[in-house]
Amino acid sequence: MKNALVNLEGITKSFDGQMILDDLNLYIKENEFLTLLGPSGCGKTTTLRILGGFEKPDKGHVIFEGQDITNLPPNKRNLNTVFQKYALFTHMDIAENIAFGLKIKNKSKAYINDKIRYALKLVNLDGYEHRMPDSLSGGQQQRIAIARAIVNEPKLLLLDEPLGALDLKLRQDMQYELIRLKNELGITFIYVTHDQEEALTMSDTVVVMNQGYIQQIGTPENVYNEPENAFVADFIGDSNIIGATMIQDRLVEILGARFACVDEGFGENKPVDVVIRPEDVELVSPDEGVINGTVTHLIFKGVHYEMEVMANGFEWLVQSTRMQPVGTQVGIRVAPFNIQIMNKPESEDEEAVGVNE
Amino acid sequence: MNRKLLSAPYLFWSALFILVPLCMVFYYGLTDKTGAFTLENILAIATPEHSKALWEALKLAFVSTVICLLLAYPLAMILCGMNSHKDSFIVLIFILPMWMNFLLRTMAWQSLLEKTGVINGILGFLHLPSLNIINTPAAIVLGMVYNFLPFMVLPIYNVLVKIDKNIVNAARDLGANPFQTFLKILLPLSLPGIFSGITMVFVPALTTFVISRVLGGGKILLIGNIIEEEFTKTDNWNLGSGLSIVLMLFIIFNMVISAVTDKDGEVNAL
Repeated sequence: MKNALVNLEGITKSFDGQMILDDLNLYIKENEFLTLLGPSGCGKTTTLRILGGFEKPDKGHVIFEGQDITNLPPNKRNLNTVFQKYALFTHMDIAENIAFGLKIKNKSKAYINDKIRYALKLVNLDGYEHRMPDSLSGGQQQRIAIARAIVNEPKLLLLDEPLGALDLKLRQDMQYELIRLKNELGITFIYVTHDQEEALTMSDTVVVMNQGYIQQIGTPENVYNEPENAFVADFIGDSNIIGATMIQDRLVEILGARFACVDEGFGENKPVDVVIRPEDVELVSPDEGVINGTVTHLIFKGVHYEMEVMANGFEWLVQSTRMQPVGTQVGIRVAPFNIQIMNKPESEDEEAVGVNE
Repeated sequence: MNRKLLSAPYLFWSALFILVPLCMVFYYGLTDKTGAFTLENILAIATPEHSKALWEALKLAFVSTVICLLLAYPLAMILCGMNSHKDSFIVLIFILPMWMNFLLRTMAWQSLLEKTGVINGILGFLHLPSLNIINTPAAIVLGMVYNFLPFMVLPIYNVLVKIDKNIVNAARDLGANPFQTFLKILLPLSLPGIFSGITMVFVPALTTFVISRVLGGGKILLIGNIIEEEFTKTDNWNLGSGLSIVLMLFIIFNMVISAVTDKDGEVNAL
């Protein structure tokens, strides 16, 4: 990719003989909010640390604005990091924390004071200059950590699970805050998280990772609605993943019943996996359904009811605003475009193989 | 209530062996042989013999403390940088000598450093000039550094290991080179450990009489030696106590500084 801000080329990294990243290739466009999403140990944090300069890859190159920065120490890189537990300098007050990077660069006092005021305003903490970090709440400390990073005017801001230590309500507020910040600053964010909701809410691009490989790259809608494999489907949101047979183009046999779908080109009588999101399963009266079953569990979740329906030997997860009591006989129907067909992985290994490009 | 009861044996112990002796030192120090009140024992520090010994002790304790600090800080940093199982092995090697008796270790240095000792034997065998530091201040400083180094390393290690690695990373990320990171982040954050280490080395070094006697050959008298002689040889408990009180002032001064810098009490909870 030519006009990319960052290019990761063939990054390989192992610790103590354990492979963390294997030939990872990724480009990040200017002004993009890109999220690396995956379970712990998937290599997302290592990728971020390689970008920040805290780890060196065993193989591969980090290209930033067309320059190879693979061997550059962190202090020579024109990017900044917001760390997981804020990592504020506890022996300095808020103003000194924010000024740290600027003082190192020998900026003038007036410039630094202007920047401090601007940054505190940006994160809605005006007047906090002379407070100590310990006297701030977690959310406030995280804002200061962001302010401390952005006064240096980096082209790229790396965020390592910055909301992980905050409670749910605060986390949701900060998600909107981060989107606003990114738009106001007009810089590129690379965000690391294991929280799929965070990733879907904030990102322009989501990179789903597992076991050191990229599983899928796409927009939030893309990775949610059209997961490329069972891992992505399972990791992002709730889903029914069922083994099935592709009878022919646009017709799939699931649990012995034939469903119309919109996918083509999988061949005839080919075993596949299908993903059906729980909110896409329609419960109808038994004579209208493609498959019939019995409701076995019912939970009220607030926005919707969550039900489990035993039908043709599979426990279907169903989310609906209409409640069906346990024991009810129901029919199951799925709209053709809500059935997502995926190739079956031939082995465990293939499940984790890069599906990039 | 029950918890208070549990502390009774310790309270009894400390009353009997710390509080009572301390009161006795003050009683003897502030009275003469007839039991009448006097400041003479304390003012005796002004005599040339005593003030020279105090000055000498302060000087050697200071030099030892500085050397300990210079050796201990890098060592503590290395220990912090290691992963845990390697770490504990190095710590073990490091504290292994501490399990041996203090007197024994000091006497071992005596036989190592003697004119006809082990080190000179090896140097002579290699036709190298011999090392003549036994019975000099240098030998005493060596003994102090050897014996008290762990007391400097441990408090510094204790603060360094608690500093979040990402704080160091953040400084680097914001443009600081390794030296700036050390100066502006690591050093200020580890000050409580440094002050605690200084106290833990300076105080025993200032008051020692064993190291100076064994490695100084009785030629170099430190204030500790003078006080010891007043109690054991001259049998003048009043003078010995008076000089002890003077020495205590220096120790209290040092501990106050340490307490002020370590407000959280984290380090001294060691």
